[in-house]
Amino acid sequence: MKKNWWKLIAIVFVFYTIIAGFLFHVPAQPILHETIRNLYFHVPMWFAMMTILFVSLWNSIAYLSKSNIQSDILASQAANTGMLVGFLGLITGSIWARYTWGAWWVADTKLNGAAITILIYLAYFVLRGSIDEEQKRARIAAVYNIFAYVMLIVFLMILPRMNDSLHPGNGGNPGFNKYDLDSTMRMVFYPAVIGWILLAVWIFTLRVRLEKIKRKIVFND
Amino acid sequence: MKQVMLFNEIKYLIAKEIKLEMRNKYSLGGILLYVVSTVFVSYLSFKKIVTPSTWNALFWIILLFASINAIAKSFISETRGKLLYLYTLVSPQAVILSKIIYNSLLLTVLSALCLLVYSLFVGNLIQDYPLFLITLLLGSFGFSSLLTMVSAIASKTSNNFTLMAILSFPIMIPLLMVLIKLSKNAIDGLERWDVNYLLVLVFINTIIIALSYLLFRYLWRD
Repeated sequence: MKKNWWKLIAIVFVFYTIIAGFLFHVPAQPILHETIRNLYFHVPMWFAMMTILFVSLWNSIAYLSKSNIQSDILASQAANTGMLVGFLGLITGSIWARYTWGAWWVADTKLNGAAITILIYLAYFVLRGSIDEEQKRARIAAVYNIFAYVMLIVFLMILPRMNDSLHPGNGGNPGFNKYDLDSTMRMVFYPAVIGWILLAVWIFTLRVRLEKIKRKIVFND
Repeated sequence: MKQVMLFNEIKYLIAKEIKLEMRNKYSLGGILLYVVSTVFVSYLSFKKIVTPSTWNALFWIILLFASINAIAKSFISETRGKLLYLYTLVSPQAVILSKIIYNSLLLTVLSALCLLVYSLFVGNLIQDYPLFLITLLLGSFGFSSLLTMVSAIASKTSNNFTLMAILSFPIMIPLLMVLIKLSKNAIDGLERWDVNYLLVLVFINTIIIALSYLLFRYLWRD
């Protein structure tokens, strides 16, 4: 139990997010209306994705310096979990866009950034799938992971400066902090971010354990 | 001392690349013909293009595909034995840097030819030539460094030509966006140069070279 206290926090925070997110008072805004509650689900997904992808990058660097296959399992499963959270972010965002901007997909810099992130990591999985040798796969995939992550960061840094975004807080749109004058939304938003990140980390650790068991079976045959 | 050695190694390796290219000219001719035929096909499908943004986008897409085809072979065509031989002689940094420099020369020629044929058939809308040529040069350099590294990664796999495209497209987008923006400025002939974008372009190129320099040594030891 001592080691698992953070899982408890994840459960409590996620349940709190779901209950409070749907029931608590939110500022009434034109266009947004009740969809403003999606803030507690859509935005934390991207926080969780970037966190978990950073874990993946970190383990790729660790693999190149130590050549320990455990780091490779960690890196690949982190990328896997990152994709899961990324897809959830895309789906929640797409539904939100339908109700506020009028279309499932709009030409927006942040949407392009999300699409490119997903393309990069899908390519990473195809790359992994096309190399059979375990050590070699780990090494090549780690190199691509580092290369791609840095290019992604460059992209996420440059692009918003090139175009305006429809997202709140960009291109003259007010951020959500403008609406949230009495901080009621913050009371749900911050726990939501922590809760979803911890949940993603939890899923990640489960996937790592599963992958280790799978590989052991392969080794024993 | 070490720098001098690296420099000499790079010099010899580039000379080797050029010599090998000259020995089988058909592969160089093939890639040049690829550009000409692609431009001709787009000319027949589009006739004359008068919209600057379409002109610009089509130009870079043709150049993108031609570059991928030109550079894909740079590591994929290397045999295992030859790489092993190089491994005993030179440092990995010299190999990747020499390939990058050689490929940028190749791409510069390729993009110059592409521009020539493209303006002949499809039309020429450029108003600010110096800016366009600088963009083209920096673009060739960026394409070559990025694609050389991806080619090294893809050469380690079994289905390397498909992988070359899917690995490089997503990470090339930041470079491509900046290039398209800059060349659009050159076509429109804006009064003032947007120095920020040029700096960003140089910055991206530097990052790619630095990453290749650091990461290539992990790729080639088998």
